[in-house]
Amino acid sequence: MTMTAPRTLYDKIWDDHVAHEAEDGTCRLYIDRHLVHEVTSPQAFEGLRIAGRKVRAPEKTVAVPDHNVPTDPTRLEGIKDEQSRIQVEALRQNAREFGIELYDIDDDRQGIVHIIGPEQGWTQPGMTIVCGDSHTATHGAFGALAHGIGTSEVEHVLATQTLIQKKSRNMLVEVDGDLAPGVTAKDITLSIIGRTGTAGGTGHVIEYAGSAIRNLTMEGRMTVCNMAIEGGARAGLVAPDVKTIDYVKGRPNAPKGGQWELAVTYWNTLQSDEGAHYDQVVRMDAAEIPPVVTWGTSPEDVLPITGEVPDPEIFDGGKIEAARRSLAYMGLTPGQKLNEIEIDTVFIGSCTNGRIEDLREVAKIMKGRKVKDGLRAMIVPGSGLVRLQAEEEGIAQRLQEAGFEWRMAGCSMCLGMNPDQLSPGERCASTSNRNFEGRQGYKGRTHLMSPAMAAAAAVTGRLTDVRDLM
Amino acid sequence: MEKFTKLSGVAAPMPLVNIDTDMIIPKQFLKTIKRTGLGASLFDEMRFDRDGNEIGDFVLNLPAYREARVLVAGDNFGCGSSREHAPWALLDFGIRCVISTSFADIFYNNCFKNGILPIKLPKEQVDALMEDAERGSNARMTVDLEEQTITGSDGEVYGFEIDPFRKHCLLNGLDDIGLTTETAAASIDAYEAKAAERRPWL
Ligand code: SF4
Repeated sequence: MTMTAPRTLYDKIWDDHVAHEAEDGTCRLYIDRHLVHEVTSPQAFEGLRIAGRKVRAPEKTVAVPDHNVPTDPTRLEGIKDEQSRIQVEALRQNAREFGIELYDIDDDRQGIVHIIGPEQGWTQPGMTIVCGDSHTATHGAFGALAHGIGTSEVEHVLATQTLIQKKSRNMLVEVDGDLAPGVTAKDITLSIIGRTGTAGGTGHVIEYAGSAIRNLTMEGRMTVCNMAIEGGARAGLVAPDVKTIDYVKGRPNAPKGGQWELAVTYWNTLQSDEGAHYDQVVRMDAAEIPPVVTWGTSPEDVLPITGEVPDPEIFDGGKIEAARRSLAYMGLTPGQKLNEIEIDTVFIGSCTNGRIEDLREVAKIMKGRKVKDGLRAMIVPGSGLVRLQAEEEGIAQRLQEAGFEWRMAGCSMCLGMNPDQLSPGERCASTSNRNFEGRQGYKGRTHLMSPAMAAAAAVTGRLTDVRDLM
Repeated sequence: MEKFTKLSGVAAPMPLVNIDTDMIIPKQFLKTIKRTGLGASLFDEMRFDRDGNEIGDFVLNLPAYREARVLVAGDNFGCGSSREHAPWALLDFGIRCVISTSFADIFYNNCFKNGILPIKLPKEQVDALMEDAERGSNARMTVDLEEQTITGSDGEVYGFEIDPFRKHCLLNGLDDIGLTTETAAASIDAYEAKAAERRPWL
């Protein structure tokens, strides 16, 4: 028997999926699962049609409309915005024409593509998963190699079930120790980006490890991996363990019977070997992570809630100008206390924090409390099934009584391509993943934070340290 | 895809770091089901006010840069979403080359699929080219992909690195799907057969 060098989890998944390798190292990586949504796919299907090509593996492909769909019940009578309607209709037609399963807007299983993949058991350890959407990284929480691709690549995967790739480098982010009360997976992932910057992971696949990551629930791990992309990485990964396997078990598209045993045996081999090489290593102490918020217009603009708006002059190079621009855009001044910043809107949802556990966190903080008068506060479950579960658990009713709007599933105000948007100057405490200029609506101002922190902000009407309400 | 061989034109300076895809093409323009026509909306929220009037001091609105073919940009250009609308918008506007110290992965990939050449250079060289670009319409840059060189307006030459496979595809305007079918179809069939045995639950 020959000895192989110790490999990382990423190396292993990669090796198991190389269908073709050219002399220069360019690979065709086989794709096990392809998720498709309405915004980044129409041009890809159109390309297939023009070239007379078919979808190679429709049974490995799933489609769902999420970005454009309104989140109020009137959507069932038809989407009013013409362009959105056309895009959703195009997805419907393409799914029908090419034989792809679709969760349409009247289906309880509809939701944000990265929520429904895991929910329906499409997402499994050891898979390669792609979607024309950068937050595909979310699925890495299962120990799957999952990344976002562009529309030309969507077309390439549809036609060939492979992706042209060169291997990325390995990066290890190890978070050890126990989280302090009030600190969640979102604070971990934001703090990592605050430390490494939005380009820190460029060219790398990040493996998240350490006891603090292991101790997270699957939902929490998804939150962490979701924002690997904000850290610049191509994908994020967490090695599968008992929690992962329990989560997948029994889901509609999970392996069944004898296949299940085979799958679990394979999944159990999916860990990085002792001594495997990482090109970059970042270590963090979980105990030192506080609840954080963003102050600027880049996800790396992260500070503890106890902090102050920074002076742009403390940065280097081009970041000085970027920080000045951010503060002007955000309407903030250096030295201002973060916990005195007043907000107009609270948005709870998105593929980062639209799962049942997130809603439970919110409900916990809201217990016996109300949304501050005059605030707009909305909860948008990540999927129809999350919505139903929250209704069953009584969370939905309690949160509505507390003053939240209770919406239907979709991307909603995470990106404001649908009617849920900020108006100019409006300031939002948001559980989503991007605080870019205009992301949630033209001239809208976004502060990213955890669901618990967003709930705290809903109570007080300003950015708030959730620990003060615990 | 249009071939990329040699490009000569004005370069527009955008020294801002972390220019994200939401800036390049805001989300309201992603509702199209076509690839073309997005140039009019490139950098929309920086280029136009809410009434659609041009914002005078935005670089691409300055007379010198209206015909820019090259962008010289701050670090980490193209971060954010996977939207290929970003390169589509650049291309439709007429920009075929972006120079920066670093690019976000997906954006970088997407450029090559659309005949746009993203060039990574060390900081000092990007700074020098940025200064050159700031001189306006008299400062034309020439990008030669075959030779892998950029020639600044004073004749200064900078070499750049590029992956040979990507270079080959750009130079010849090759379509990826055709290429994969030609070179790898048999391997993909074989892979599927083997995977069905090893991981039959998939
Ligand atoms: S919720 Fe936001 S980040 Fe997630 S897929 Fe939708 S738009 Fe993208």
